[in-house]
Amino acid sequence: MDVVNLAFVAAVLGSSAPVLYAALGGALCGRAGLFNMALEGQLLWGAFSAVTVSWWTGSAWAGVVAAVVTTTVFSGVLALGAVTWRADPIIVAVGMNLLALGLTGFLLRELLDATGTFAPAGLPGLPDLDLLDGVPVLGALLGGQTLLVPLALLLAVAASLWVNRTSVGLRLRGVGEHPEAATSLGVVVPRYQRATVLLAGALCGLGGAQLSLGDVTAFTENMTSGRGWVAVAAVMLAANRPLLVLGACLLFGAAEAWGFRLQGLGMPQQLTDAAPYLVTLVVLVASRLRVRRRLDEADPVAAVSAAHPEAVVHPEETR
Amino acid sequence: MTDRLPDVADPAAGAPPAAELRGITKRFGPVVAVDGVDLVLERGTVHAVVGENGAGKSTLMSVLYGLHRPDAGTVLRAGREVRLRSPLDAIAAGLGMVHQHFRLFGSLSVAENVVYRAEPGRRGIFDRRAAEQRVAELSDRIGLDVDPTARVDTLPLGVRQRVEILKALHREAEVLILDEPTAVLTPGEVDSLIAVVRTLAAQGTTVALVTHKVQEVLAATDRVTVLRDGAVTARLTTARTTAGEIVEAMIGRGLQPAVNPRGTVSSDPVLEVRDLRMAAAPGAARVRDVSITVRAGQVIGVAGVSGNGQREVVEAVLGLRPVQSGSVRLHGRDLAGLGVRERRALGIAYVPEDRPGMGSAATLSVADNLALGHHRSPPLAGRGRLSPRAVRSQATELVRRLGVRTAGVSAPLGSLSGGNAQKVVLARELHHEAPLLVVEQPTQGVDVGAGEEIHRLLLDHRARGGAVLLVSYEISELRALADRVLVMLDGAVTADLDAADATEEVLGAAMASARSAPRPEEGA
Ligand SMILES: Nc1ncnc2c1ncn2[C@@H]1O[C@H](COP(=O)(O)OP(=O)(O)O)[C@@H](O)[C@H]1O
Ligand SMILES: [Mg+2]
Repeated sequence: MDVVNLAFVAAVLGSSAPVLYAALGGALCGRAGLFNMALEGQLLWGAFSAVTVSWWTGSAWAGVVAAVVTTTVFSGVLALGAVTWRADPIIVAVGMNLLALGLTGFLLRELLDATGTFAPAGLPGLPDLDLLDGVPVLGALLGGQTLLVPLALLLAVAASLWVNRTSVGLRLRGVGEHPEAATSLGVVVPRYQRATVLLAGALCGLGGAQLSLGDVTAFTENMTSGRGWVAVAAVMLAANRPLLVLGACLLFGAAEAWGFRLQGLGMPQQLTDAAPYLVTLVVLVASRLRVRRRLDEADPVAAVSAAHPEAVVHPEETR
Repeated sequence: MTDRLPDVADPAAGAPPAAELRGITKRFGPVVAVDGVDLVLERGTVHAVVGENGAGKSTLMSVLYGLHRPDAGTVLRAGREVRLRSPLDAIAAGLGMVHQHFRLFGSLSVAENVVYRAEPGRRGIFDRRAAEQRVAELSDRIGLDVDPTARVDTLPLGVRQRVEILKALHREAEVLILDEPTAVLTPGEVDSLIAVVRTLAAQGTTVALVTHKVQEVLAATDRVTVLRDGAVTARLTTARTTAGEIVEAMIGRGLQPAVNPRGTVSSDPVLEVRDLRMAAAPGAARVRDVSITVRAGQVIGVAGVSGNGQREVVEAVLGLRPVQSGSVRLHGRDLAGLGVRERRALGIAYVPEDRPGMGSAATLSVADNLALGHHRSPPLAGRGRLSPRAVRSQATELVRRLGVRTAGVSAPLGSLSGGNAQKVVLARELHHEAPLLVVEQPTQGVDVGAGEEIHRLLLDHRARGGAVLLVSYEISELRALADRVLVMLDGAVTADLDAADATEEVLGAAMASARSAPRPEEGA
């Protein structure tokens, strides 16, 4: 069977897009020195609000706008909690993820009068890029996708250019690397962190909309089913670099697409569904091992401190 | 105004000084860190601000740089009073500061670090080429050799410091404050820093050089202001003063160097290192066939420019780093295969160079730091339980015996000055009378008075029959303490001298051909 054909690549692009949006947001936060672990909850919220507003207004694009706006507002919880009030970002994120899961389930019943799944006939979904039909290659790759798929790819490239080629991007890189140094040169670190957290919220809104109005036209309780966590893994794997984030997301998307193919060949669904997560796990462990081995060879003493970063005290902190 | 010595000629008569501090007082709670200090920095001069640790040097400079708001007093810049609410105001007023701990972005390039938040470029696009050019120009101007494209975390500390200086110059600093710039440098790097400072002054930049090393004052500066306990104890002109005068103003008495009564050495070898070979660590030399014997009652000094294999040999003795071949024996017993804990249990004590990172835990209390490593056995612990009371009473005793100045044994170690923190580490390692003490750079970052006491402690240990392996980059320290001095060059022992023959000239020559290898990182 010819699996690496255009249709396969198209499937990979499609299933990567929501994860890519979330991961780009997470990477920008990481650049600002804030670990954004609330991607899962934000994606889920984005997916829900997109479907709800699309149903109410009869316009899928209104749903997309609503997803962007409301998810940005939702991400304000992290901006306010972890940046302004200096709470632990991980704890705030755990709260947000649980809140999103509970709230979307609750509102699904209250607002949309549905349990489990909301997919009424007439729920407007995002249109495919039909105008690309007949264009060689591009048509096959993107013709059956929504506009949000190529947009995700463009945003990955744009984020990379922004981080690496602009003055603000340089400052952002410095903020995450050494906040005290950035502050001493007049950069207001919390401002960068708040801005990237909100930006990540907007991106998760797009990702959620693609999930519920692009991939399918429906909202299902917990429909993200771990995509936000895969995005977190992609962020860590790529060390916050947007183009590597793109690579990592495509890898996970490929694993998922492969999973579907294997299902077609009679593999049990429970196993094939696990494929992207399995790949995530394998790649994370492998990349850690590589770092360890490199450090071990180079400097066993440094390797110990790398394995136990909590044991390393920065000289600034000791005076 | 200030009671400047009348014989200090004003180089730019009529022109106001580049910067001036008048009657500055700064308190931290009950501590008066700086007490009514006047300081005049004449344009184009290098002005030493000296004093022991805790004298208030950093606090005074932080006031000048807008980091601390003074409780009383004013700051003048070029004759005009300025209000510095933050370092940003100071930068805008033409001041620049290089802190004791660098503030650099490790993963960014030299050029990116230098221009950060003052980037060349148009419409928000960062012009990397222009930034690199600017760095090249600036480093050319002051005779520095820095690759603008290098990643900062790959650079030795000496070069990172140059990046900090370039950062200030890029922002057009006319007054440059250097806080203890030489504490992290090797002797060769100190010399080139002094050259840079002199070049800057010749070009009209005013430099305030904070240090507690008298030789540097004499070599690099024009004027000297000495602080003790937050107040000025002397204002001197470098050309007309002596090291003795400066030291006396710093510590309030003359220096009584520890006498080194070279006594009888027993023939008993405590440590025997034979034909040690090790792979190269990053930035350091491959260790080649090193043999060292340390006998009871003997201090063996290891000299050399940092990065020539000294650290690696020490780590082999401690069991921290694998060896390729050769042996390490303690009292005749081969230590191969034993880990750090077993080796320490057999009687090796260790005071590492990297005190904040490796030798101590800054956030733990003084008492806990004194217990570390002995916390598994009586009297501090029994049947798997640590006794906080025993830990505290041991600490109280040691703090008293060694004269550690601390707010109490439960104060975090990080709140102590460098010298006192070092005494805590030394106290812990000496307390159990381990037959072998391995110590690296025992007085680095330690003021003169505490340094003297540390030397005395080490000599006392030797007098009680202890064997000491001492690694130091400071020739004067080796001469004061060691019975024999080995010189390491490029991973091999190239000279083995009796302390009496190990003069500055001989050691300097033996070390001189050393490549200036980057020094192991301490996490800038
Ligand atoms: N931020 C601070 N909070 C409390 N005390 C401080 C602070 N900074 C310095 N001190 C105290 O002020 C005194 C002077 O310290 P410092 O200026 O750092 O001395 P130096 O730089 O000469 O070693 C010391 O007693 C120190 O403990
Ligand atoms: Mg200081």
